[in-house]
Amino acid sequence: MASARTLVVWAALAAALAVPVAVAATSPLLAWREPIYILAGFAGVIALCGLLLQPLLAGGYLPDVSTRRGRRVHAWVGGGLVLAVVIHVGGLWITSPPDVVDALLFRSPTPFSVWGVIAMWAIFAIALLAAFRRRLRLRPLLWRALHLAMAVVIVLGTVAHALLIEGTMGLISKAVLCALVVIAALKIVYDTRPSLAALRRKA
Amino acid sequence: MTKTSRTRRGLLVAGAATAGTVLTTGASGLLSPASAAGLAPTPTMRGGANNYRAGAPIVDRIGGGGFLMSGRVRRAGDGAPLSGIRIQIWAHTTEGHERDLESHGATLTDADGMFRMDMPQIVPAFGQPHAHLAYDADFDDNGFQTVFLRPVMSSARDKSLSTEFVLLPA
Repeated sequence: MASARTLVVWAALAAALAVPVAVAATSPLLAWREPIYILAGFAGVIALCGLLLQPLLAGGYLPDVSTRRGRRVHAWVGGGLVLAVVIHVGGLWITSPPDVVDALLFRSPTPFSVWGVIAMWAIFAIALLAAFRRRLRLRPLLWRALHLAMAVVIVLGTVAHALLIEGTMGLISKAVLCALVVIAALKIVYDTRPSLAALRRKA
Repeated sequence: MTKTSRTRRGLLVAGAATAGTVLTTGASGLLSPASAAGLAPTPTMRGGANNYRAGAPIVDRIGGGGFLMSGRVRRAGDGAPLSGIRIQIWAHTTEGHERDLESHGATLTDADGMFRMDMPQIVPAFGQPHAHLAYDADFDDNGFQTVFLRPVMSSARDKSLSTEFVLLPA
């Protein structure tokens, strides 16, 4: 029997993710977009949702999900984020090649493009580092520092990217989701900070 | 008559911008070539030429209309209005994508240098509700340098958008 707290947390998480997606799914802008453009947009929305899940999974913040199991799911969600970014950028490229080329070359007129492209490279980098973590034999402190540094770049880049865009997402639901993403990221950075003893041992 | 003055002005503009030795305009000309030359030309905007389909026909209206794209075209330097200038317009609208040929149309400026195009409602695309406009020297005989603009609407609910070209003689 799930406790009341468990139910509340899962319901809140489901709402935080489902409401922005539902609002985007009913955007009037969709009527004037081709399927590939719609797919690209939703890949972005889903990726933003994934950024909320990642710290919750890795930090063991979700009720009845152990940290061990959470981190396994975290890795899968991470792979999904890479895929979502590829679909997002690829779909936009098919929709309007020159706009995406401008963005990738950091010469786009839109200020949000640069944030999106920075976040994209950080997502690719964080996935590569995670994939080769064992082979690189990174010490836990260094791994944490690198992984969280890249995660912070991804979160800030994505949130700036999303907030500056006038797209299918609703203004309020997008802002709330972005705030939750930032809070969750800050929480795990704080909670997993190395102890003084660990830092001394390293020194 | 206008033709010759256009050319003379062009020489003045070019001279002031490059040499900075237009002593007839006074000391301020040395400090600021742009002010010595008068009205500065409009530079091409970043992304302005994206999804440009060159040589769209001159039309009364793009698609079903309902949204007004307007503007003024003037000559760099003296700011004289330019008539008969071909301006091509395209955007992501309720009727099509920027790349679609049907989304493109061109018009000519009137005697006051003004142009107006009735076109479908512009909707946000790639994050901003925006239009594209071109003065393309390859499709206009008036002899100015090509300029691409990408103005952004202050609100996606706007029913009109206006902009301005200040052209430099080629």
